[in-house]
Amino acid sequence: MAGDARRTLAALWRAFTFLHPFRRFVFGAYAATAGITLLNLAIPQIIRWAIDHGIAGRDLGLLGRAAVILLALGLLRWLLVFTQGRWSEVASQNVAYELRGAVQRQLTALSFAYHDRAQTGELLSRTVQDVDRVRFLTGRSIVRLLDGAILMIGTAAILLWMNPRLALLAIGAMPLMAYRAIVLGRMLRPLALTIQRQLAVLTTRVEQSLRGARAVKAFAQEEAEIARFRAENEHWYALSVWAASLQAFNIPLLSLIANIGAVLILWYGGVLVIRGEATLGALIAFTVYLAQLINPVRMFGQVIPAIAIAAAAAERVFEVLDTAPEVRDAPDAQPLPPIKGRVRFEHVSFGYGSRRQVLHDVDFEAQPGQVIALVGRTGSGKTTVANLIPRFYDPTAGRITVDGRDIRGVTLHSLRSQIGMVLQETTLFAASIRENIAFGRADATAAEIEAAARAAQAHDFIVQTPHGYDSQVGERGVTLSGGQKQRIAIARALLADPRILVLDDATSSMDTETERRIQQALEAVMVGRTTFVIAHRLSTVRRADLILLLDRGRVAARGVHAELLQTSPLYADICRRQLRGAAESPPKRPADAGGLRPRPASRSSEEAQ
Amino acid sequence: MSFAIGGYRPSQGPRFALEQFGREDAGGLRVNRRAALRLLAFVRPYWLQMLAAFGAMLVGAAMTLLAPYLVKTALDVHIAAGDAVGLARIALFAGAAYVGLYLANACQQYLMARVGQRALADLRHRLFQHLQALPLGYHDTHIVGVTVSCVINDVAVINDLLSQGLVIFVGDLLILAGIIVVMLSLSPRLALLAFIVVPLMLLATALFSRRARGAFRRTRSAVAAVVGDLAEEISGMRVIQAFAREGAAQQEFRRVNEANRDAHINAMSLSFAFLPSVEFLGLLATVIVLGLGGAMVAQGTVTLGVMVAFLSYVARFFQPIQELSQLYTTLQSAMAGGERVLELLDTPPAVTDQPGAAAMPPIRGEITLEDVTFHYRPDAPAALRNVSLTIAAGQTVALVGPTGAGKTSIANLVARFYDVTAGAVRIDGIDVREVQQASLRSQTGIVPQDPLLFTGTLGDNIRFGRPAAADAEVAAAARLANADAFISALPDGYGTAVYEGGVNLSVGQRQLICIARAALADPRILILDEATANVDSVTEALIQDALAQLLAGRTAVVIAHRLSTVRNADLICVVQDGQIVERGAHAELLALNGVYRTLYDRQFADT
Repeated sequence: MAGDARRTLAALWRAFTFLHPFRRFVFGAYAATAGITLLNLAIPQIIRWAIDHGIAGRDLGLLGRAAVILLALGLLRWLLVFTQGRWSEVASQNVAYELRGAVQRQLTALSFAYHDRAQTGELLSRTVQDVDRVRFLTGRSIVRLLDGAILMIGTAAILLWMNPRLALLAIGAMPLMAYRAIVLGRMLRPLALTIQRQLAVLTTRVEQSLRGARAVKAFAQEEAEIARFRAENEHWYALSVWAASLQAFNIPLLSLIANIGAVLILWYGGVLVIRGEATLGALIAFTVYLAQLINPVRMFGQVIPAIAIAAAAAERVFEVLDTAPEVRDAPDAQPLPPIKGRVRFEHVSFGYGSRRQVLHDVDFEAQPGQVIALVGRTGSGKTTVANLIPRFYDPTAGRITVDGRDIRGVTLHSLRSQIGMVLQETTLFAASIRENIAFGRADATAAEIEAAARAAQAHDFIVQTPHGYDSQVGERGVTLSGGQKQRIAIARALLADPRILVLDDATSSMDTETERRIQQALEAVMVGRTTFVIAHRLSTVRRADLILLLDRGRVAARGVHAELLQTSPLYADICRRQLRGAAESPPKRPADAGGLRPRPASRSSEEAQ
Repeated sequence: MSFAIGGYRPSQGPRFALEQFGREDAGGLRVNRRAALRLLAFVRPYWLQMLAAFGAMLVGAAMTLLAPYLVKTALDVHIAAGDAVGLARIALFAGAAYVGLYLANACQQYLMARVGQRALADLRHRLFQHLQALPLGYHDTHIVGVTVSCVINDVAVINDLLSQGLVIFVGDLLILAGIIVVMLSLSPRLALLAFIVVPLMLLATALFSRRARGAFRRTRSAVAAVVGDLAEEISGMRVIQAFAREGAAQQEFRRVNEANRDAHINAMSLSFAFLPSVEFLGLLATVIVLGLGGAMVAQGTVTLGVMVAFLSYVARFFQPIQELSQLYTTLQSAMAGGERVLELLDTPPAVTDQPGAAAMPPIRGEITLEDVTFHYRPDAPAALRNVSLTIAAGQTVALVGPTGAGKTSIANLVARFYDVTAGAVRIDGIDVREVQQASLRSQTGIVPQDPLLFTGTLGDNIRFGRPAAADAEVAAAARLANADAFISALPDGYGTAVYEGGVNLSVGQRQLICIARAALADPRILILDEATANVDSVTEALIQDALAQLLAGRTAVVIAHRLSTVRNADLICVVQDGQIVERGAHAELLALNGVYRTLYDRQFADT
């Protein structure tokens, strides 16, 4: 509990440090707040003065003067309240802006390993909702809290000055209220954290169900999805109602304490007046001041739960900001000079997390301009090898060098901007086709973009879309087939004119005719570039300068096609039966394809169904 | 990560649509009012609790009015008369009134929060249910991030309006009326003088509200733009990093982030100009009471106690007004969200069960397409034109042809993801539109080209179509799909967690899981969308082997890009430009010397 409280305070404090660049606005708002408080204290005094001397003294001139002064002070208060509100809003909106920017920068800096595990809904919920709760904290809430504190202290001072005995009655209620407020905050904070987590769970459920809409429909799982959502939704409801009831019974309690104090003062003050120990005017002023105490109390009641919630939100935001990217620039990282293209893996091992070793002692060298083909079963580590070259992950042992330099010693930007990737899964952005192709090089000319599109066999279908290169991709834009998206992705990689090209299954979704033409185009493009290719066509593999046969994360064999056919039975087997385009003779029925591999004892499984 | 059978599902990206969305500020008050009434319907089931909250609020309001009156009595009657006993009694009454106020407030807040959260949970549930019923076309054309924002964020804003808003609105009006009555009864002249400020107040409110409506709507679309931009970036993060485009992504985000900040500062500044205006008018009323009331006290027309009570009532008079104007601000942003929620609820599920649709009887597996024409959207060109096709039970039919020819459309229609524009699709002679969708789909299975996994365990993913399946059945399905070997080699086996999008598995492994999923569901009709396109040669063999076992005894529609995988199909259809141009067995088609022959020769030319 003590550690919790310390963490909360640390998170709160850190949230406030974001106000630093806007301190002028903050101090301006505080100054305005002080002014408003002074006015709030002065106005009842003037009213009292008007009652005691103007009305009781039947001095109508004084009454008129008091009215003019009150109106002038009222205008001043309008100005101050506006300034206070606007400046604190400017400061806090800027804090939200900075925080969101920081989280987004952090998300772009966090490496693949983080994004592999993270859930989109969860990240959205932190960047949008949690930041907003922190904003509330750094904005008016704190100004109002300060406002309330000053008003309370000021009122207490005046009360003491007016009548110490009565004042002690009023002030006596304060520690009690403070205690209740703290208790409430302490109960709400962990609850608020749980509710926010649950809301993130809900967000993720909606998100996943939308992305998987086709699978849900295909398997007629709508009802099951709804049931799962309902369970999480009801859990959220139960938590929210619990939090609401805590607030409903505790926040009005603060007002009750203050009101009971006011009643006691009325009674005791009345007794004093009756005894002639105080004037009626003093008692009336006293009750006006007490009424003034009620407002900050109500406000504390609203702000304190919000602070508890904001503290929980701040922790979630800072958790993202404090995650160290597993892959990042070394402090002394140098930009990588224009590369020639010699890539070397030196005894590289890699695992996702500690339990799953994916690569063991992979060791090879690619000379500039060579084509390296990665061949092997699914899960054998081909994509992992490809992902290590642009440093999406760092090896757990060994090192990777480009032109003899350890890639951990160069800046990520200089490394990646010289590597062209076509990833296994194609992602295009909601922008025009032109912008998607120029993604890696925003300064590319129209001619360059078109040349890249032609090389990727994309030009022909692009010009057939309604607006050609300016057609929008994505929702409410043109719809592209998987093969068309892959071709745009290839054009995108080619336009960047990289020295190293990594093609991870770049043509899988294309029909054979397109694939054939694109292979020819790619072969022309590969000249002079070091190319790593994961492909299923024998023609591509056969022309590779080096073939790496991966088996369970190890290089089981290496060499050129002719050599490997002789030396590696596994490779020969793959070539003979499984590389596409290898079949000079009509392929066998797929059912017979599993020949060498022992057939799993799965006949019974059909019966089991 | 998209899950399209053939891939007309576009990339995930909201920017364009968001900009469209940002332009929807033109709606008028009339729409608002109708929308508000519809939203109110969501709290109707809880009218009893609302009524109780309302009752509590009335009690609270009575106590709020009673307390200053008691204070006035104490000052005017007991203290002035030196009646200490009476004073004590009055103080006791006031104390009791405040305890009553506490209880009423607590009950009211609790009930209101309860109803509000309940309505919120209901609305989210309704939206989620509705999303499940929406046609796939909706998901093709809407941004995931924005829809998520609608279900999570917009709905929450409405909650404020529904629960708090309604009760506070009525309550404030009542308190206002009560104060007016009390003030009029205490001193009609002084009361009327104090009310001089009311027209000024109306003027200020009118000025404010006209500007606030647009300003607060802009904040809603600005928030949606931030969510959309982020969602797109997170799903495209790998590409952004691969192309070292972090800087550009940050710049783009800065743009929406700035717009969001400025929209909020703008809208709030309007409030900050308006709220102190109400306070100022309150002070003006106080000055009027003080000045003119003071003169009246001097004349002896009213007592000092009445004037003091008046000062207190005037202060309270402006509190509900202030609350009402704040409520108006909430209303503005709630309605912006509410309209989006209603729009989502109003999107008709394109494919619906006909009233009284029967359950599909156990399928034998005969599929007939009768003169089918199909458009994805009314304004889109035809994806299929006059296609007729009969597949006998247990047959395997391969669809080949270039991308975009219509292969996937045929598959989509068989599973009734969409309804035909003309013609009919029949299974065992029954039009698919005449049976319950769930009963049809539970007998059809799909192995997609882009294997989609959900977060959860591997076991959960295989169980997806049959959540109740026993462990042994799951393992049997995995064995059939040749997935058992790699799953068992994982440290956590079937309990291995799947990360979002299945990124911790290779694409081939994901595909095997999808086959196991289809196998466990044991469908009578299988749709395979070139399930081996994304995998390496060795895995392809595994998958082909698994599929051969899966296909035995089932009707199958296979979409193929590679002819080598379809040679043994019972029937091969060559699809081009939305029509079947050639059909027959492999050898027949080769002999035909037509499109198929050309495709075949090209495919094997370079080996």
